[in-house]
Amino acid sequence: MAFSSLNDFLAMGGHAPYVWSAWAMTLLLLLGSVWHARHERRQLIRQLQRRGRRERHHAAQGRATDSRSRAGDIDET
Amino acid sequence: MWAFIHKLGSPKWFYAISARLLPWFWVAAALLIAVGSIWGLAFAPADYQQGNSFRIIYVHVPAAFLAQSIFVAMAVSGLIFMVWKIKIADMAAAMMAPLGAAMTFIALFSGAVWGVPTWGTWWMWDARLTSMLILLFLYVGVIALRGAFSSRDSASRAASVLAMVGVINIPIIKYSVDWWYTLHQPATFSVTSRPTMPMEMWLPLLIMVLGFYCFFIALTLTRTRSEILRRESTKRWVRELAGEER
Repeated sequence: MAFSSLNDFLAMGGHAPYVWSAWAMTLLLLLGSVWHARHERRQLIRQLQRRGRRERHHAAQGRATDSRSRAGDIDET
Repeated sequence: MWAFIHKLGSPKWFYAISARLLPWFWVAAALLIAVGSIWGLAFAPADYQQGNSFRIIYVHVPAAFLAQSIFVAMAVSGLIFMVWKIKIADMAAAMMAPLGAAMTFIALFSGAVWGVPTWGTWWMWDARLTSMLILLFLYVGVIALRGAFSSRDSASRAASVLAMVGVINIPIIKYSVDWWYTLHQPATFSVTSRPTMPMEMWLPLLIMVLGFYCFFIALTLTRTRSEILRRESTKRWVRELAGEER
């Protein structure tokens, strides 16, 4: 251990603002990247599932009433 | 060998094999970065000249390493995409660019913050600093170029060419400290020669560097898998797969 107490550690021998801002920025960007990747993946999967459900739904409807209007089918995604 | 490369280039196969590798890289990244951080911040001895401000090295050097390595990886991916038309290479290149930009920013930011107590200035038009700033602009350029085309193929080719041309900057960054000896100190970390700093300072740095590389691999695999879902969303196997995922 290079420090004798927690306060000593936090003070970084007077260099606290420099050390902690550099480390905080790094941590922020690393965690932000992980969060972004997770969010991106979840959103894509949800989108694919929604599209899959809609298609199955339409397929079922198409079998039931073939003459029904298809005007609402346009896929915006 | 060729059969293997072609298989790896197939999105479906890549998606399956990367799922098996992924957890290992995430765990390795988390462990290495945690151990390296605690060791570097609390246990490594203070530098006899710089005191505790030298602890910035444990984020500065790994970030600067990754910033350059990611650009090289992007250029190599661009070359593979241009020559063999392997789509996975282009997807990976697109996904790693933002992380490369973030790493370049961390290297510049932590360097500036470190410069205040050490050099008495946060910025100087030193060769190393300037070439790193150019690297940041190159990353931004590659990302912007991708967004500037309506056709995906044109965007991919333009981004690949810019990465392949921009990679010239990497040896300039590397040798800038030897060619123009100005402000930035020469390399502290080398594969070929013995470390110039004591072991108990150098080992946590090595661990952090390895942790950052694992992080890069894990994040790029994760995001490339997402990109496969995005680009191949009309393929049947992607539809079936999305039905199973939660």
